[in-house]
Amino acid sequence: MDDLIKYAPDLAAGFLVNVELSLVSAVLSLILGTILVSMRVSPTPVLRAAGTTYVNVVRNTPLTLVLAFSALGLSDTLGLTFSDEPSTNGFWLVVLGLSAYTATFVGEALRAGINTVPLGQAEAARAIGLTFLQSLRLIILPQAFRAVIRPLGSVMIAMIKNTTVAVAAGYLAESAFIMKDTFDDTGVSIPIFIGLALAFMAVTLPIGFLTGWLARRLAVAR
Amino acid sequence: MTEAGNSSPLVKLEAVNKHFGALHVLKDIDLSVARGEVVVVIGPSGGGKSTLCRVINRLETIDSGDITFDGQTLPAEGKALAKLRSEVGMVFQSFNLFSHKTILENVTLGPIKVRGIARQQAEQRGLELLERVGIASQAAKYPAQLSGGQQQRVAIARALAMDPKMILFDEPTSALDPEMVQEVLDVMVGLASDGMTMLVVTHEMGFARRAAHRVVFMADGQIVEESAPEEFFTQPKSDRARDFLSKILTH
Repeated sequence: MDDLIKYAPDLAAGFLVNVELSLVSAVLSLILGTILVSMRVSPTPVLRAAGTTYVNVVRNTPLTLVLAFSALGLSDTLGLTFSDEPSTNGFWLVVLGLSAYTATFVGEALRAGINTVPLGQAEAARAIGLTFLQSLRLIILPQAFRAVIRPLGSVMIAMIKNTTVAVAAGYLAESAFIMKDTFDDTGVSIPIFIGLALAFMAVTLPIGFLTGWLARRLAVAR
Repeated sequence: MTEAGNSSPLVKLEAVNKHFGALHVLKDIDLSVARGEVVVVIGPSGGGKSTLCRVINRLETIDSGDITFDGQTLPAEGKALAKLRSEVGMVFQSFNLFSHKTILENVTLGPIKVRGIARQQAEQRGLELLERVGIASQAAKYPAQLSGGQQQRVAIARALAMDPKMILFDEPTSALDPEMVQEVLDVMVGLASDGMTMLVVTHEMGFARRAAHRVVFMADGQIVEESAPEEFFTQPKSDRARDFLSKILTH
């Protein structure tokens, strides 16, 4: 218990980084996932193929490899840099890898949601003269999102926990790495384990409740 | 009363063929609809009636032949096709109101997003149209809160909101409980007498008799017979039509 109290400020600072990574990646992965699913249902074969390939490649690659590629491949080898400040650069490389990875799951959840929208909705949208993008944006996606709020919540919970493998991109500021680093000094501390697990649950449990509540509230009556 | 319309036909189908896999659903269809004309398409299930209706706004593509609307060949895709569809209203068997939008939003979406009309103006017009079909008091509700007959009347108002040159009706009363059929047919008869060009796939002979200028009888993907409603129902020319009428009239 003394260890937990002693190292709490370091762990808390690290946990704040997990929260920051989560917030930014949530926004980016939702946007990118929506773009991916739009590509996969588009009338253009090239876009469909590109979307499908991307999802199949990235979704089936371990996140640690995606993050390592983001840091070692894109950044070190190909020269992609977000900032001259190494810790800021590392943060954004993790966000990039994590968002690119999570977006595939967002896209697949949304695709399941699109399948719950009756074909007649799209036909009616086309029949009043909406273009493909208009029907997607105004009619199909709003109903698809509402149908998959719960699974999207699960994707977000998984993504938040996935911020703890940021070390795979050489980024050392988040709490799980700090915990292991601390154990090198103190030996394994059960209270620190439990304390950090509770901190994650304090963030992820409400997401489960919130998305359940939203799913009931926003359900589309047919 | 087969007059109606003066100049060129509004819709003209020439030698139109359509297959669903091995099934030949439209066989060399020739049909034209004049401006202001009300054409009822009748015939056995699977005869190609709905497909005929759906190729006119290209919800179904055709394999060969020509379709012109208002003098122009149907565009294949993109903005031109969207524009054509905005000029051809469509009313579906299963209503297909936008489930996540209110009744008023269903009626104003097209005018606002497709025509670029200001929201306030679109809402005013939308309420007038809902008034006309007798649903104005339900404007703030969602489709699932309305009866089938009410939903179908909203769907008609949604089509009218685009000021279409024509409205296609694909079995508009087939999914309705019997007591709700009349309220929808009354609205359609009103439209017909206001001079709207209509192509109506239906089995409602009362409607055909009251409002149609012409009955087209379709079976096995072909137009078997075309005549004035009274003539069709009392003295069908083909055996196929006689057989069909004897089946639906005895019940």
